[in-house]
Amino acid sequence: MSDITKQSLIELVENIKNKKLSSMDVTKAFIERSEKSKELNAYITEDFTSALDKAKKFDQKPNLDLKLPGIPMAVKDLFCTKDIKTTAGSKILNNFVPTYESTVTENIWKEGAILLGKLNCDEFAMGSSNETSFFGNVQNPIDKDLVPGGSSGGSASAVSGQLTPITIGTDTGGSIRQPASFTGTVGLKPTYGSCSRYGIVAFASSLDQAGPMAQNVKDCALLQEVISTYDSKDSTSIDFKRNQYSKELTNNIKGKKIGIPKEYRVDGMPKEIEDLWQKGIQYVKDCGAETIDISLPHTSYALPTYYIVAPAEASSNLARYDGVKYGFRAKGENLIDMYEKTRSEGFGAEVQRRIMIGTYVLSSGYYDAYYLKAQKVRKLIKNDFDEAYKKVDAILTPSTPSSAFKLGEKTNDPVSMYLNDIFTVPVNLAGLPGISIPAGHDAKGYPLGLQIIGKAFDEQNILNIAYAMEQKINFKNKITDWWIK
Amino acid sequence: MIKKNSEYLINRKDNQYEVVIGLEVHAQVLSESKLFSTSATKFGAEPNTQVSLVDAAFPGMLPVINEFCIKQAIKTGIGLNAKINKRSVFDRKNYFYADLPQGYQISQFKDPIVGEGKVILDMPDGQKEVGIERLHLEQDAGKSIHDLDPQNTFVDLNRSGVALMEIVSKPDLRSPDEVSSYIKKLRSIMRYLGTCDGNMQEGSLRADVNVSVRIKGSKELGTRCEIKNVNSIKFMQMAIEYEANRQVDLIEEGNSIDQETRLFDTKKNETRSMRSKEDAHDYRYFPDPDLLPLEVSDEFINKLKSDIPELPDDKKKRFIDEFKLSPYEANILVSDIDTAKYFEEVVAKMGKNKDIKLAVNWITGELFAVLNSRNIEISQSPISAKNLAILINLIKNGTISGKIAKTVFELMMDGNKDPQKIVEEKGLKQQSDPKALEALIDKIINDNREKAVEYKQGKEKLFGFFVGQAMKASGGKANPQLINEILKKKL
Repeated sequence: MSDITKQSLIELVENIKNKKLSSMDVTKAFIERSEKSKELNAYITEDFTSALDKAKKFDQKPNLDLKLPGIPMAVKDLFCTKDIKTTAGSKILNNFVPTYESTVTENIWKEGAILLGKLNCDEFAMGSSNETSFFGNVQNPIDKDLVPGGSSGGSASAVSGQLTPITIGTDTGGSIRQPASFTGTVGLKPTYGSCSRYGIVAFASSLDQAGPMAQNVKDCALLQEVISTYDSKDSTSIDFKRNQYSKELTNNIKGKKIGIPKEYRVDGMPKEIEDLWQKGIQYVKDCGAETIDISLPHTSYALPTYYIVAPAEASSNLARYDGVKYGFRAKGENLIDMYEKTRSEGFGAEVQRRIMIGTYVLSSGYYDAYYLKAQKVRKLIKNDFDEAYKKVDAILTPSTPSSAFKLGEKTNDPVSMYLNDIFTVPVNLAGLPGISIPAGHDAKGYPLGLQIIGKAFDEQNILNIAYAMEQKINFKNKITDWWIK
Repeated sequence: MIKKNSEYLINRKDNQYEVVIGLEVHAQVLSESKLFSTSATKFGAEPNTQVSLVDAAFPGMLPVINEFCIKQAIKTGIGLNAKINKRSVFDRKNYFYADLPQGYQISQFKDPIVGEGKVILDMPDGQKEVGIERLHLEQDAGKSIHDLDPQNTFVDLNRSGVALMEIVSKPDLRSPDEVSSYIKKLRSIMRYLGTCDGNMQEGSLRADVNVSVRIKGSKELGTRCEIKNVNSIKFMQMAIEYEANRQVDLIEEGNSIDQETRLFDTKKNETRSMRSKEDAHDYRYFPDPDLLPLEVSDEFINKLKSDIPELPDDKKKRFIDEFKLSPYEANILVSDIDTAKYFEEVVAKMGKNKDIKLAVNWITGELFAVLNSRNIEISQSPISAKNLAILINLIKNGTISGKIAKTVFELMMDGNKDPQKIVEEKGLKQQSDPKALEALIDKIINDNREKAVEYKQGKEKLFGFFVGQAMKASGGKANPQLINEILKKKL
């Protein structure tokens, strides 16, 4: 089987269970392709040697009852992995090796998967193009010098480029769904509280959520089934009844009511995005669902709200990186001087910008005008969704206002960069699940995604809708392997 | 019932100043593990041996509330007659310091777990009520050690994350003595509740002291200065005295007081400016997004209420009613829980025919003297409550005299010996056999015929002489009461 890396997760699992493939076959194939794909710069840390060891061990005593039997996979470098360097894409954690494992990755290894390595991401997950990583930008397998989106850019690139069959990312304002959209892959941001945040380097605690990224909806559902568990080590983890998402997956969405929010028709949105959306509406109708025009009146406040709440939390979450206990430390004349030099040299420009914004909005005299007001607006945004869900079962929107852009195109214009998240941030602010699926191409042949937003804890429903649409859309990613010489 | 305490005033040429004091007491929650992690909290452990990944703020680590600490805070709130807030919020107080690993302290800012309450102080001239503003839970920081190395500072994170209760009083205190009484009362209540060991040497109880002064009779509060982190009652009193006089001097010289944070230098006995109001930290408080608001049910609170033991004020009232103690005696016995326990055990062990008065006198007299001279706590008393009870009963039932009892008491201290055995072994039992005593007295009267005649002629003073002779002849063991009776009869 020469095209092992082209197989979906479900196929790989089946082939390993049927003993048509060994874990070693699969692991080797993905390692070989990863070795040939250095130009994508998807990996920060490779762990190939020990991955081969683990594959060998698995094959010697294969446990085929597991959900991810001997499946190799790389994960975003925001998840702490025991004894494997974890950088969060930052110089300040350049040398940091955790002695502990995040709950989400622990869940994955318990189901038999094998770590290939740690994937590139924007520094502390702050960015929409993977250009803020200390370890350099990531290439989009779709085209040379095209950004893969961010912050889970390395993850999206690795799945899209078939360097890993599946992966996990984190999504604070769109960091799974936007790169999925830019790379023609599927990405799910689960309900806040679905996946444990224990062991994930924190960006904005009230918004951060881990989620699966895959080639297709079913793979995504299977991975979600593995990673979503209640965890007493995370006080915001929620103990609700979790579905067997892949087993319960169905394309029967007849009679489902899908909301189409008029506020997502933003000024300056390219026509091809509007066309894609219309096509999406047609697809769900073709599947027997009904579409209903709805209003989410506070949508336009979502982005400014997000850019107060997220930096505020980040400014506090990142205070621990002070050079005292671990990570990078610059030499200083005294404690304050050491702090200043460590943090000036250790953090990149975007992270520093957000720390500054966050510090500002929490300062006395500004707190009420910014942070407190943003929290109130956040509540209104959540109320919008609650209202809408009285009438509909899910909401359909574009994932992003444009397709992937060129490297460097927006690096000097943060606001234009932030606008990338306009359709994804309301979902994080409301704590809801959202999935992006590839739904078409723009004129340049770059993939475009549609987003399905669900009710809290209703991952199964949006996975089903995505699954049904996927079959209608029949999307083919145009991967030319341009980076492989 | 609320009586004004004798005034503590600072006198200057033309003015009398009143001192206004409010305290922020930091009491370490008595708990085996920390507020948000499972690390141990033992005092005096090797540096950095009680530190979890959460306490050291490793990436991705999250706080999880320790329910026991919540219960302890609520119990303390109940002990302070305070409102328990069913919903409270943990906030982050952001600042950088080497011994603050997270870069923020998790505390409670706007919505503390306990609201307003009050404590009653027993001052020499009456009771005084002190208002409690609030009690909130927060994490302690680690410890920076600057004197181990000329170039480097060392950090010990054992204390990092340990649960503290910050108890904020209203500015109701007016003198160093009231402050002393207030701290002792808080300590007493918390030790009764088992929520704080109150050990000031180990830093379990320390306070920030807010001091301002105003012309006597003035209603407005003066500008206050906060003296940070004072860790003994004596130092608090010294600091207040110094600071109040400093402020008065400034006002008398026509200057104004700058609101600032000051440090008390225990060696020089003075307060020094630490930072001015302008330099005050902007802590950027905001609700900790890692923790949901804390909600407790009425049921939860009521269960804790039903577990509250008898507290010092109630115990005092009961001692007065049940044992007919004076308020002064009751106060001495209830202020420390171990003393109260000891006393109640003595009372219980004395059985039916008990002499409470005698017990109080022996505990507050002989026993306290021994404890003081040895500088030990009553919990380490060389004489158990049971044996003291036996001793008191021996006096009460006439087996030994009070005088002999003191000898027995001395002997008991060596290995908590049973007084009954000591009396038997040393033959200290009081002679109460009337026949034997009569014979003894007959002999004395015979030997002192002349004096007996003088007594009969009216020289009554000689009675004492005969008593003394009788006691001497019996080796001090004769029952003095019987001696009296027999002598009266025979003479």
